[in-house]
Amino acid sequence: MRALTELTGLVVPLDRANVDTDAIIPKQFLKSILRSGFGVNLFDAWRYLDQGEPGQDCSQRPLNPDFVLNQPRYQGAQILLARENFGCGSSREHAPWAIADYGLRVLIAPGFADIFYNNCFKNGLLPIVLPAEQVERLFQETFAHPGYQLHVDLVKQEIVTPAGEILTFDVDAHRKLCLLNGWDDIGLTLQHLGEIRAYEAQRIIDAPWLFS
Amino acid sequence: MSGQTLYDKLWQSHLVHSEPDGSALLYIDRHLVHEVTSPQAFEGLRLAGRKVWRATSAVAVPDHNVPTLNREQGITDAVSRLQVETLDRNCAEFGIVEYGMNDVRQGIVHVIGPEQGLTLPGMTVVCGDSHTSTHGAFGALAFGIGTSEVEHVLATQCLVARKSRSMRVWVKGRLGVGVTAKDLALAIIGQLGTAGGTGYAIEFAGPAVSALSLEGRMTLCNMAIEAGARAGMVAVDQATLDYVRGRPAAPTGSVWEQAEAWWRTLVSDEDAQFDCEVTVNGSDVVPQVTWGTSPEMVVGVTGAVPDPDDMSDAVKRSDGQRALNYMGLTAHTPITAIAVDKVFIGSCTNSRIEDLRAAAAVLKGRHKAASVKLAMVVPGSGLIKRQAEAEGLDKLFLAAGFEWREPGCSMCLAMNADRLEPGERCAATSNRNFEGRQGAGGRTHLVSPAMAAAAALAGHFVDVRDF
Repeated sequence: MRALTELTGLVVPLDRANVDTDAIIPKQFLKSILRSGFGVNLFDAWRYLDQGEPGQDCSQRPLNPDFVLNQPRYQGAQILLARENFGCGSSREHAPWAIADYGLRVLIAPGFADIFYNNCFKNGLLPIVLPAEQVERLFQETFAHPGYQLHVDLVKQEIVTPAGEILTFDVDAHRKLCLLNGWDDIGLTLQHLGEIRAYEAQRIIDAPWLFS
Repeated sequence: MSGQTLYDKLWQSHLVHSEPDGSALLYIDRHLVHEVTSPQAFEGLRLAGRKVWRATSAVAVPDHNVPTLNREQGITDAVSRLQVETLDRNCAEFGIVEYGMNDVRQGIVHVIGPEQGLTLPGMTVVCGDSHTSTHGAFGALAFGIGTSEVEHVLATQCLVARKSRSMRVWVKGRLGVGVTAKDLALAIIGQLGTAGGTGYAIEFAGPAVSALSLEGRMTLCNMAIEAGARAGMVAVDQATLDYVRGRPAAPTGSVWEQAEAWWRTLVSDEDAQFDCEVTVNGSDVVPQVTWGTSPEMVVGVTGAVPDPDDMSDAVKRSDGQRALNYMGLTAHTPITAIAVDKVFIGSCTNSRIEDLRAAAAVLKGRHKAASVKLAMVVPGSGLIKRQAEAEGLDKLFLAAGFEWREPGCSMCLAMNADRLEPGERCAATSNRNFEGRQGAGGRTHLVSPAMAAAAALAGHFVDVRDF
């Protein structure tokens, strides 16, 4: 997994609540057996004017000029500003794959859906929960100032605005450690091999029907 | 010290390791696998040279991509076919039991788990699918995971997890005639909101929940994720045991006795404390119909499309307006004045035998309205299809102008050929009314099977209680 320690990046504001994983990456692209290549289909139904199908050359497709990701001022954004309950819906990890593949690294919202939030950390993405009023203020500042950037520091758990204001955020210690170092969970879990084996041996006695 | 909740008991009994910061390793008893969220996980194992920890804990089935028509011809969509064939290959390589597309046991992963007794009380059940919450109906801890976690469970039999907060939704009273678990689920989501359950594991309890069949409890727990809760659950009672007994993978003889003794303890203690308690009066619930693009956008069939201008905050107002535009609806329109183009009865929410019986009972001897272009029934599994045919339900559906299809996820998410065309409006028994969910530009209204059948007959939504 790609590590993330800090970055300074352009902010793109997606001003709607309950953005679901079907919107993030529509189902027709879930047929892929690969982990990569989803970025061109991120928000496909909102981003393009035609109907997207797997395997298209997306550079030839008509863009929806009203969709925020298509606006020239937000090209190259690395930070997505979103509303409440971002990532609700399915467990498809294709959603964070698409977001990461597009080039985004940090997501800021008043709340994320549980499974999506969890999936982000497995893919080098940092989802940050801030109070709704702080998110609202960041939306207003992003709208007001073309080229609006934020500095995100995972080590210090803080966001620095262009005016120098510092917004702190919480992150689970285990997830932070993995993201800072680019570690995958499996290797870490297998350090507890003995405990897993011991648990399993006891479980075979306590609940033999699970092992037949 | 107060007693334990059902969730506490399930969590505690699966804890392998815990860290001071609250992160934990949870042992996974059952891993259900399907074709969409597993290929990259198996590929990850191969690349790292890892083995599957306990292959017998996993069972796989293709469901999302499979065609519901002309199955003997195979899958014509080459991309879908590759994904299903990849599952076949991965299961063969890693020694995982798979119910292939032409096996009578094939069906929607959340239907076949309980049907085969692969889902048992007291288990931890995971699957790379958010509707895994369904299995909580058996007093199991069941939740959806991403593909990285699928790989993690395959490799380690564990998940890195943090304990959720606990919520009890207490449903008092009893559901009225014509009101189903689906209506209750939608009414609860309408009350909590789609993020109301975020961070919680929900236990559904109370007299109206105890009175539900296991099929109904599965419908309720299935929709817990639509309230944001990763897991939904119902305590074990006699109905649970009766449902499980005799299933192919259920224990027998003295092992059953041992299992039952433990399963009977899988209830929240009387003095258990929940982080949040919500009460719903089941007697007040009427048949529900969603009007927007989020399951929380729901009203009773006796109501009307709400006016976004009446909504409390700016974000809700703009989302409400956007939803009305997408749905092609005007505020204040009575729900019963909304005409439908298609009717879909199926999905992991409502494709079980009880659902098909409820729909068939409404249709009996009648025919769908001429204005309804397509009405289809997609049973949840091959065995449900077989049982429905033994009961003659297929003939009722066919006589009513419905199509009778092969089992799979079908038009719930339209990964196969079953989908809405842009602008088409559908009465669907599935679980999500998101933009484009059933096909780009399609408009979904979530309802119960009986309500979907009634809409097919009338050509528009009607109160099934009047039928």
